[in-house]
Amino acid sequence: MIAILSIILIFLFVGRKALPVFTSERVRQTASVREFFTHNGETPQGEPTYIWQPVSEHPKYSFIPLIIGTLKATIVAMLVSVPLALLAALYTTEFAPRRLREYIKPTIELLAGIPSVVLGFFALVVLATWLQRVFRFEMRLNAVVAGCALGLAIIPVVYTVAEDTLTAVPRALREASLALGATRSQTLLRVILPAALPGVFAGIVLGFGRAIGETMVVLMASGNASIVSGNLADSIRTMTASIAAELAEVVYGSAHYHTLFAIGALLFVITFIINFFGDIIVGRINTRMRGTAQ
Amino acid sequence: MSAAISVRTPSRQALFTGDLPLSIATGAAVLVIIAMLVVILLEVAKGGAGTVSWAFLSTAPSKGGLAGGIWPAIYGTVFLVLIMTIAAVPVGAATAIYLHEYARADALLTRLVRTAVANLAGVPSIVFGLFGVGFFIETIGSGIDTAFYGGSLFYGKPAIIWAALTLALLTLPVVIVATEEALRAIPREHREGSLALGATRWQTIARVILPQAVPGILTGSILAISRGAGEVAPILFTGAAYYLPFLPAHPTDQFMHLGYHVFVLATQSPDVNAALPNLNATVLVLLVMTFILNITAIIIRARVRARLRG
Repeated sequence: MIAILSIILIFLFVGRKALPVFTSERVRQTASVREFFTHNGETPQGEPTYIWQPVSEHPKYSFIPLIIGTLKATIVAMLVSVPLALLAALYTTEFAPRRLREYIKPTIELLAGIPSVVLGFFALVVLATWLQRVFRFEMRLNAVVAGCALGLAIIPVVYTVAEDTLTAVPRALREASLALGATRSQTLLRVILPAALPGVFAGIVLGFGRAIGETMVVLMASGNASIVSGNLADSIRTMTASIAAELAEVVYGSAHYHTLFAIGALLFVITFIINFFGDIIVGRINTRMRGTAQ
Repeated sequence: MSAAISVRTPSRQALFTGDLPLSIATGAAVLVIIAMLVVILLEVAKGGAGTVSWAFLSTAPSKGGLAGGIWPAIYGTVFLVLIMTIAAVPVGAATAIYLHEYARADALLTRLVRTAVANLAGVPSIVFGLFGVGFFIETIGSGIDTAFYGGSLFYGKPAIIWAALTLALLTLPVVIVATEEALRAIPREHREGSLALGATRWQTIARVILPQAVPGILTGSILAISRGAGEVAPILFTGAAYYLPFLPAHPTDQFMHLGYHVFVLATQSPDVNAALPNLNATVLVLLVMTFILNITAIIIRARVRARLRG
């Protein structure tokens, strides 16, 4: 009961604080929903630009730089974490000796136990320096640094879901394939992986949702500059980090205040949809695996 | 058994022909992940070990965290997590018991609750923070102030109680999932035996089921505590303070927090290099705390799972 209630309450109360961006004439004068998603400035060359500049004489509230920042960090995080997590899950279920398997899983789960503020600290103090030395970044904190640290945070998410589905593939399928003379690799690539594909996909989806919502890592390691560009070596400012950095200083009830809640509501909706579909996929697989196993 | 052996033998041979590349590639991925974990731990340990001492743990910070210790942050973290546990564990355990023992698995309501729990776990922690501000502080807190204190500010501001309740919501799914897993491990015969002896459903739950579910509830609580001790985003605006000259004693006091202290030292300090020794040491303390909790939880859970299999 309380679980449902809290979901509804969260939605209601974050939504309610975000509502004035639709309804209040006063708020809409400075921050309108139309501005959130369209360009709100022009370069000297007359090209449209998107600016997030909430603290200035003429505050500008375009979500586009924040959304692009979030996507850049998330994409790097996925590129880092998905291959590693999936391969590790495959090793754990298919190749690892049984004794070793019992140790690998908890160790990777331990990664999930590192507080995100510690990952952020690590990225800020150690990783940023290393990566700058290797790639010669102009800006020390950028999408790559934040994305790599973010990847560390979501490896356990992708790994756990993928490992669970791979383990749930019925033994009969595996043994039938091996009995027909297929090697382990063939069995893995042609039988087990196709059977577990939806679950692997669900793991990726859930990891994606987690990466979008992660706050402390990006707040500390992304540079927090809202730049619109396709360059991963530029600093970024994400949706979550904007809320975290700005809410403490904002005037209660101002347009900026309600805009930050609007970002929160948007994040809530995005992650809700992502998780919802992730869970549906996981649920389906569980039913299907149980069906084929008997 | 013999079937399993005859399956294994040819595949062992194949390991040297077709399976080698794939097993090396996947094994390397495991090694990379574990190496990253080790690197993080080593860096933190190397940077922090020199500074951690009894004096560091037991004194208050001075000079904006550049000198002195972290005692108020440890105290605040423990106090916060204590209130959170008192709020989250009974509710989480009760929800799990309802879901597993009372609710019909295919009922619409049950499915709704399950979806809600799963989605609650996926809500970004910063959104919990916003919710804490919008609901606990500005609605409940201000409501209490208007009703009982004639509008003067007591509860309608960031406070340890609101931070703890926000965290309790965030950790609720952890408790529910762990408790349910423990309930699933209890053999049906125990339930049926108890019911057959004439015990009521409630008696069965209280005297047969609950005692066996304790390890699961414990795992969930420990994981929740570890999560609660490490989460910073939800407490940013609901009660954490940069620096407090006193220890929190009342639910409406603000508090210092280890994770928040790390964040402050790493990003708000005028001279990060000067803050580095204390920063590293704080990270080390936080990490050791959460790791001890996590490892304990993993061990208990491994025992529960072993029983589930046996």
